[in-house]
Amino acid sequence: MEAVITVVGKDAVGILAKVCTACADEDVNVEEVTQRILRGTFAMIMIVDVTKCKSEITAFAKRLDELGKTMGVEIRCTRQELYDTMHRV
Amino acid sequence: MLDTHDILETIQMITDESLDVRTVTMGISLLDCADPDGEKACEKIYKKITTKAKDLVKTAEEISATYGMPIVNKRISVTPIAMLLASAPDADPVMYAKTLDRAAKEVGVNFVGGYSALVHKGFSAGDERLINSIPEALACTDIVCSSVNIGSTKTGINMDAVKMMGATVKKTAEMTKDNMCMGAAKLVVFCNAPEDNPFMAGAFHGVGEPDCVVHVGVSGPGAVRAALAKLPKDASLDEVAELIKRTAFKITRMGQLVGNLVSERLGVPFGIVDLSLAPTPAVGDSVANILEEIGLESCGCCGTTATLAMLNDAVKKGGVMASNHVGGLSGAFIPVSEDDGMIKAAQCGSLTIEKLEAMTAVCSVGIDMVVIPGETTAEVISALIADEAAIGMVNTKTTAVRVIPAIGCKAGDVLDFGGLLGYAPIMPISNYSPAVFVNRGGRIPAPLQALKN
Repeated sequence: MEAVITVVGKDAVGILAKVCTACADEDVNVEEVTQRILRGTFAMIMIVDVTKCKSEITAFAKRLDELGKTMGVEIRCTRQELYDTMHRV
Repeated sequence: MLDTHDILETIQMITDESLDVRTVTMGISLLDCADPDGEKACEKIYKKITTKAKDLVKTAEEISATYGMPIVNKRISVTPIAMLLASAPDADPVMYAKTLDRAAKEVGVNFVGGYSALVHKGFSAGDERLINSIPEALACTDIVCSSVNIGSTKTGINMDAVKMMGATVKKTAEMTKDNMCMGAAKLVVFCNAPEDNPFMAGAFHGVGEPDCVVHVGVSGPGAVRAALAKLPKDASLDEVAELIKRTAFKITRMGQLVGNLVSERLGVPFGIVDLSLAPTPAVGDSVANILEEIGLESCGCCGTTATLAMLNDAVKKGGVMASNHVGGLSGAFIPVSEDDGMIKAAQCGSLTIEKLEAMTAVCSVGIDMVVIPGETTAEVISALIADEAAIGMVNTKTTAVRVIPAIGCKAGDVLDFGGLLGYAPIMPISNYSPAVFVNRGGRIPAPLQALKN
């Protein structure tokens, strides 16, 4: 079961490291990472495998959301199907 | 393979452009709750609703959190209560309304629809009692919605019912005049009412529907407007229509996904996606703003009907491909008080009731959430209902009237309903009398359009 983590906000030191640590703590495997600076905004997208996630995906998403707030960025974690359905015929 | 651009676009649509699933509505048949003893019937109704919809809110919230998309409303629609009243000639209809209110609050939904009667050809047992009880039922309940179908393309228009409904709308507003005349905001008069509509206040569970079913209503005027804003001002209307279609496709797909998930988790069949652009009073989440983005100075000016017709058509074309079952009202909504752009257009005078009437010939519903002067007579309201019903009947489409007579207010006052129902200024309406026409009664015969076989 895959999920998509998106991080959008002002660039800062250690964003990737902190998000990856949070994933590792929960046994969430990071499969792909892409990161860009779009018009001065930091945008990172991670595809992660949440099959073995220790907590419920909603609880994990909440943890990431709180982590984001401490860094001044917005972190969302949602199931991947939403993006697939919206953009594929 | 996921595309970065697609992911960011989805997130932007949700966070900045108010994209959401407007409603997940569970339709519940109450046909098996009919009982000659009103109290027993109400007991059965309460039990059935609280059993079937027990997990509706929780499930919708879980899906919303897991998939990262807001589901704004969870609602219930039920079999038209007039059908249950038919078998209980001595029962008090208001007791049924109170039961619906109590059951809906118990399961935590926002609204329950179905305090309804279908009288497009005539009244059967229970129908007149239900209609007469609407003002009191809506005054003594909080989240019960009522609707009455008074006409259809196949049957013509029941003018006896139209006459009753003019007075009913007015009385409902009078009985709730201390609460912004709120009762009238929960009452819709339909022509060609759909049986699977997930949107309030007009939702009811038709007799052709399964015992229990889940419908989804999508939203997203903000996302359409934002997409159009990026298009150059000299882009042709072909390009505009194409872009609306593409955006509607994405919005509808989200609704279809939610519908499938809710249906799967609750073990209830999935009904339909209602392909609608349902505005909210939030700035930018407005159908009027879309028309203005296409190129009108203010909604209501000449060109409004043409742009709305194109928008409505493009939304359907884009949406229909994205869902395996489409139904309900499906189209752009133009509820004045619920649409920031419409409110502004009504306030500055560019949008009038006459223009709204023309717009209803090419969009999803009708004269919706319009505040009219409190002194408007019941006959004028009936005649407005007849006009709208005629547009629906002849064009084989759903039309409706949900007007709120602002009892005790004066021109220039604003009624504020709060929440998604929004606020609206009083709009002037012609008060020359149609009384003779309305009092004739009888039935306007079905048009030639009805003879399709």
